[in-house]
Amino acid sequence: MVDDSTRKTLSNIPLLQTRAGPREKDIWVQRLKEEYQALIKYVENNKQSGSDWFRLESNKEGTKWFGKCWYMHNLLKYEFEVEFDIPVTYPTTAPEIAVPELDGKTAKMYRGGKICLTEHFKPLWARNVPKFGIAHAMALGLAPWLAVEIPDLIEKGIISYKEK
Amino acid sequence: MSAIDELQALIVELKSELEAQKTETRQQQAQAQQARQRIDRMSAEVVDSNPYSRLMALQRMNIVKDYERIREKTVAVVGVGGVGSVTADMLTRCGIGKLILFDYDKVELANMNRLFFTPDQAGLSKVEAAARTLTFINPDVKIETHNYNITTVDNFDNFLTTISQSGTEPGTPVDLILSCVDNFEARMAINAACNEHSLNWFESGVSENAVSGHIQFIRPGDTACFACAPPLVVAENIDERTLKREGVCAASLPTTMGITAGFLVQNALKYLLNFGEVSDYLGYNALNDFFPKMTLKPNPQCDDRHCLLRQKEFQTKPKPVKKEVEIVAEEPLHATNEWGIELVAEDAPATEDADEPKPIVSDIGEGLRLAYEAPSKSTETTSEATTTTTGDETSLDDLMAQMKSM
Repeated sequence: MVDDSTRKTLSNIPLLQTRAGPREKDIWVQRLKEEYQALIKYVENNKQSGSDWFRLESNKEGTKWFGKCWYMHNLLKYEFEVEFDIPVTYPTTAPEIAVPELDGKTAKMYRGGKICLTEHFKPLWARNVPKFGIAHAMALGLAPWLAVEIPDLIEKGIISYKEK
Repeated sequence: MSAIDELQALIVELKSELEAQKTETRQQQAQAQQARQRIDRMSAEVVDSNPYSRLMALQRMNIVKDYERIREKTVAVVGVGGVGSVTADMLTRCGIGKLILFDYDKVELANMNRLFFTPDQAGLSKVEAAARTLTFINPDVKIETHNYNITTVDNFDNFLTTISQSGTEPGTPVDLILSCVDNFEARMAINAACNEHSLNWFESGVSENAVSGHIQFIRPGDTACFACAPPLVVAENIDERTLKREGVCAASLPTTMGITAGFLVQNALKYLLNFGEVSDYLGYNALNDFFPKMTLKPNPQCDDRHCLLRQKEFQTKPKPVKKEVEIVAEEPLHATNEWGIELVAEDAPATEDADEPKPIVSDIGEGLRLAYEAPSKSTETTSEATTTTTGDETSLDDLMAQMKSM
């Protein structure tokens, strides 16, 4: 399920401590700080290991997230917009990461371009509440999804390289 | 030039024809929409023209006392898909007083392997399409629609207000909430809302491979809430390795969904009209036609603080003795189901392995299993991750700026 490299990536992302959802206004700010700290560390790690692959930012309240992710295939960079909401039940339930521009292009998506995660993701997330945050969802959810789907979509000619 | 004139004349002619057609269609639709007038009182008279005669016969046969009470009941159906649409259809035909529908999805041709929606409705919002059909079937039912995703922060408050204020009498809560959603996030959102307002609800679900389903009655404080334990699912005894998932998210069958909706509404009716025995958990394994039944007690260590509050309230309430006897008599296997406590004693460290979900308690009903292993209660960090976020004094704004500049 979780391969060694993912495991290593995961172990280098700081764990979070505060169990708070966006409805708990007073402690949500603390959780949000932890989310940003973990994300910043994760992006730094990625840059150091030459595997930088996404940027994220949020609205002021930290309830809506958006940014870009990219995937390298045969030395070409394929870039996609990524977005998700923080559900009211977060962090008990993980965010549902969406890549809207790929909606309808792959069967491994739910409506609105939400990525279809493996059956392992949710149990793993549930066992690690509240320690896992957005950075972990990206590493465990979106990264492996892109690694499987993007080469396949390129091969099938469904997506093609766009000069930036 | 004359060619243009001719064409212009033709356009005028076609326009008027089209207008006539439209008027005719509108008239037909109006007639169709008033297939019958509203009925003030349910009649028990047995005539072909009485839509309620067969329902009122339940009284005469001593199954239900005062069937017409159903007109005072309000039910919220969350998720109007394969199960929810059929659920709403059944309740409408039963003459429910008011239905409140929640869904943010549109009807798609890919939904046509299920019941209720028709291909001409593709593109319409599910709640709008459902409301039209339901009003046509039974104009006596008041239908309220909400076209949004209940799990987002903005919509959740609206959802809370609706289920707690939009009952039959304004300002009162709905009588029952039926969860017909297809994802864990929405179920947890309904669970949080119902725990907060102490509202009874039924959870329902069909497995992604379409060969099992279940319904679960959740009475906050009395039975396990949806956050008390990992979801309880019907064990299908399919080897996970032989389960082909490539290229698909979910399969579905109209049969499994119709059966699950039938179980759901049957138990909702029993609860609302106070007849028979309402099942706390009823599962359906389509592969061998097995129907496990059980009762789940709430977890005293539940993560939902409102669940704990409801549990305290429930403990101080006097219990009807009759009920206990019924449970013991019917399901002796589960009378001492204290699994919630054992679940906490499970002290496995939170690791990334533990691939196979295994039942961690011995007395879950036969043919059932937990969807996955329960999370460890220990607050220690995993041995693998050595770092944790530090509560330093960097402000959120600084962190946001730092992230943005990376």
